[in-house]
Amino acid sequence: MFGFGILSCIVFLPLAGAGFILALRGNDKATLENARRAALGTTVIVFLLSLYAYARFDPSSSAFQFVEEKGWFGHGLVYKMGVDGLSFPFVLLTTLLMPVCILASWQSIENRVKEYMITFLVLETLMVGVFCALDLVLFYLFFEGGLIPMFLIIGIWGGKRRVYASFKFFLYTLTGSLLMLLAIMAMYGVAGTTDITVLLQTHFPPSMQKWLWLAFFASLAVKMPMWPVHTWLPDAHVEAPTAGSVILAGVLLKFGGYGFIRFSLPMFPEASAYFAPLVFALSVIAIIYTSLVALVQEDMKKLIAYTSVAHMGLVTMGIFSVTPQGVQGAVFQMVSHGLVSAALFLCVGVVYDRMHTRDIAAYGGLVARMPVYAAVFMIFTLANLGLPGTSGFIGEFLTLIGTFKINSWVTFLATTGVILSAAYALYLYRRIIFGVLDKPSLAAIRDLSWREAALFAPLTALTIFYGVYPAPVLEASAATITSLIKGYDTALGDNKTASLFRPRAE
Amino acid sequence: MAPLSLALAHCLPELILAVGVLVLVLFAAFRGKEPDSLVSEIAAGLLGAAIVVILLGGTSNAIVFDGAFIDDGFGRFMKVLTLAGSLVTLVMSQDFLAAEKIDKFEFPVLILLSTLGMLMLISAAGLIALYLGLELMSLSLYVLAAFQRDNIKASEAGLKYFVLGALSSGMLLYGASLLYGFAGTVSFAGIAETINGKASLGVVFGLVFLMTGLAFKMSAAPFHMWTPDVYEGAPTPVTTFFATAVKMAAVAITLRVILTAFPAIAQQWRQIVIFISLLSMVLGAFAAIGQANFKRLMAYSAIGHIGFALVGLAAGGEAGAASVLAYMAIYLVMTLGTFAGILSMRINGAGVENISDLAGLARTDAVMAFFLATMMFSLAGIPPLAGFFAKWYVFNAAIQARLYPLAVIGVLSSAVAAFYYLRIVKIMYFDDPAPAFDRPAPAPRIVLAASGILMVFLFAYPSFFTGATLAAAKSLF
Repeated sequence: MFGFGILSCIVFLPLAGAGFILALRGNDKATLENARRAALGTTVIVFLLSLYAYARFDPSSSAFQFVEEKGWFGHGLVYKMGVDGLSFPFVLLTTLLMPVCILASWQSIENRVKEYMITFLVLETLMVGVFCALDLVLFYLFFEGGLIPMFLIIGIWGGKRRVYASFKFFLYTLTGSLLMLLAIMAMYGVAGTTDITVLLQTHFPPSMQKWLWLAFFASLAVKMPMWPVHTWLPDAHVEAPTAGSVILAGVLLKFGGYGFIRFSLPMFPEASAYFAPLVFALSVIAIIYTSLVALVQEDMKKLIAYTSVAHMGLVTMGIFSVTPQGVQGAVFQMVSHGLVSAALFLCVGVVYDRMHTRDIAAYGGLVARMPVYAAVFMIFTLANLGLPGTSGFIGEFLTLIGTFKINSWVTFLATTGVILSAAYALYLYRRIIFGVLDKPSLAAIRDLSWREAALFAPLTALTIFYGVYPAPVLEASAATITSLIKGYDTALGDNKTASLFRPRAE
Repeated sequence: MAPLSLALAHCLPELILAVGVLVLVLFAAFRGKEPDSLVSEIAAGLLGAAIVVILLGGTSNAIVFDGAFIDDGFGRFMKVLTLAGSLVTLVMSQDFLAAEKIDKFEFPVLILLSTLGMLMLISAAGLIALYLGLELMSLSLYVLAAFQRDNIKASEAGLKYFVLGALSSGMLLYGASLLYGFAGTVSFAGIAETINGKASLGVVFGLVFLMTGLAFKMSAAPFHMWTPDVYEGAPTPVTTFFATAVKMAAVAITLRVILTAFPAIAQQWRQIVIFISLLSMVLGAFAAIGQANFKRLMAYSAIGHIGFALVGLAAGGEAGAASVLAYMAIYLVMTLGTFAGILSMRINGAGVENISDLAGLARTDAVMAFFLATMMFSLAGIPPLAGFFAKWYVFNAAIQARLYPLAVIGVLSSAVAAFYYLRIVKIMYFDDPAPAFDRPAPAPRIVLAASGILMVFLFAYPSFFTGATLAAAKSLF
């Protein structure tokens, strides 16, 4: 298409949109309206393009599809794009959430509208690029580049402690990622290239794998975020504008899980097996501890942020069980969390736009004035706690089954988190929606507008659809994950056989 | 021995500057006009002519003038960088000098003389030529640092630079004489031949003293003490000159001395380089955090960046040398852009230098804020900006040379350093607007925009650039 592959079009079209908005002159109402429309139009076109790619995507193959390759830096660094069953669901998730974000900021962002739209479009390019890149350096470029727009989004359009939150976000992520960069260089030294398809076939010596794994872990665990490096997330979420939170929870948190499945498992199988207990321990702590922390939060966004950490704990646990159910469950859980937590942040945004406070105590009895809102919020609260029939259930259930085969204690402890999630989610819902509407400030609150209803419609539909019929996501990723696990088992098996025949060291 | 005409052909850029500057100083003195913009224009023309001569000139390598002067790919690459630094500095400083009423004709003359010294320094193939070039460069720099002589801070900067510079020159001379004593020759190739694996104690001592003198010129820790004061005190155009052209020449000669004179005792010099590099990176990262003056902050930032560049030298080999070249080229553009921004910071005709003066720049001057933010992110090494690739090259070289601790400490200190670059972005974008700057002069603005665009789009077509650095580095081995 136009001399580019379809993936390059999806990745770089938002940049073109950003360029168009940059060219808009003036600051009057009409120009700002045009900027909003241009951003919405671009993201919708990108979404349609990715749907078109989805129609041509062959889910039965585990190979990379729509591959494009061009020379880039020389010395084995190439510009290479491609998607497989693992990355494609995330591409769709990103392109779906972007128009939602733009629409969600339609009225709530009033100052520096053009810059806001440009930043979001640049961010979309970088986020989709992360999932499409088939060269590690290119991946890193997109992965780290995303820090700049997110830093600006939190810092410019954020709340009171925005500066603190944006710095914390940036520096946490940067420090972890720089260690990953060194690991990438070391891998380049062994393989002579940073082409991911080649690296997937390269066997790194086990002693080196451990260091590489740890370096990748430093970056991905922060992104994920895993306990104890999750502390940037509540701050970032609380201070970010609604759309920023949606993107943060919906897409940026998925980088970590995607990286674990894409790099850590297949490239460092021995190290993954070696460190799996560590990941299990951290995941279980994350699930229980952050659920308990979520119970006592006074700020709606902070509460949902902590639940994200708990849900991501399930994801890491599922990934490192390295069973088909566990890994597929993790992918599904990430997609589902992308929809559900994004919708929950939008729910917070709806009342925040009206009341300009996120204090749970400031609300109560909203069902009387906002019945539609109460229903939408109900659906996503239930999806968040994993009620069967919603997408949240499938992911939770699969990761738990997958892990049960490997370690029943871990599963047992993780399941307590499911109970706790019901506690905090329902407790939040009761305090905001039920009770008596006796606060005078809430007396005139309006229900969802058409624009807001339009935001929730696709998310609600998908949450319930995937809850009843999860096959599309599971089938898309099945072939890739099966071959990944086969490769993992072979690598470990080879190693075991090798060690059986190796004479004792003494 | 090569005939004189051939020898002269190899130092044509130096000849242009040498003859040009002598004629120019007479011309300016006879004209007796002050201020005299024609002198600056001619000086810029001479610098430009030297660049053109190098770019269009021969690509043959030769050692001429009895083994004192070497013309090779490495030298030509670094000379182009140095000349470009001088030229851009000269062009964009005109408005500043005029506004501060120090636009005397000596300024371009001194810049030319100093640049001539740098070119000779880069092409030095022996200790004597090295010292000649170094002193020609430094003497002009001492005067330049104190150029704003009515300003007490500038005078202090000049004096400080002179005293410490004389000390470092002495150390360098001492090291050079030790080397001559133990090796029996002043040419780098001869020294390399004599040492040949066995480093006597005298040679190692000579190496240490030589490195001390060079580290001073590069402003690498622990010989960096003069840098913050001189950067802050000297007039901004002079600081720009220090931060760009001087850095290029100092790093070039360090690379040349170490890689051509001491290839056999890599064990010995590598320790020194690693030590200097580590110290510079860590100091640059932490000391800059508390700075309020933009120029002072850039001084610590420069110390840190020299540390990063030396990581590539510590790695050694062709890849290591090429990574240093790539680093310095990108660093030159980032520094020129940043100082172009500092030159544009004027309120009601008076220059301001505190980073708090940048508050809310995104709203008062969105274009300048955007490009200055690009510089900051690039200096911090965030992809996809060029600063990231600079770091990628040097750290990649270090990892391939198995210098893991150096690389780990290096990237961690770059994460610390990211903090103060981010702080500037924060001040420009998140804070409430301070009084707007005056309408900036066109030259700094163009430089800032051009370097910003270069930093953003280097990733789109980098192979040309990487090819040039590799080819240049090859000629050292």
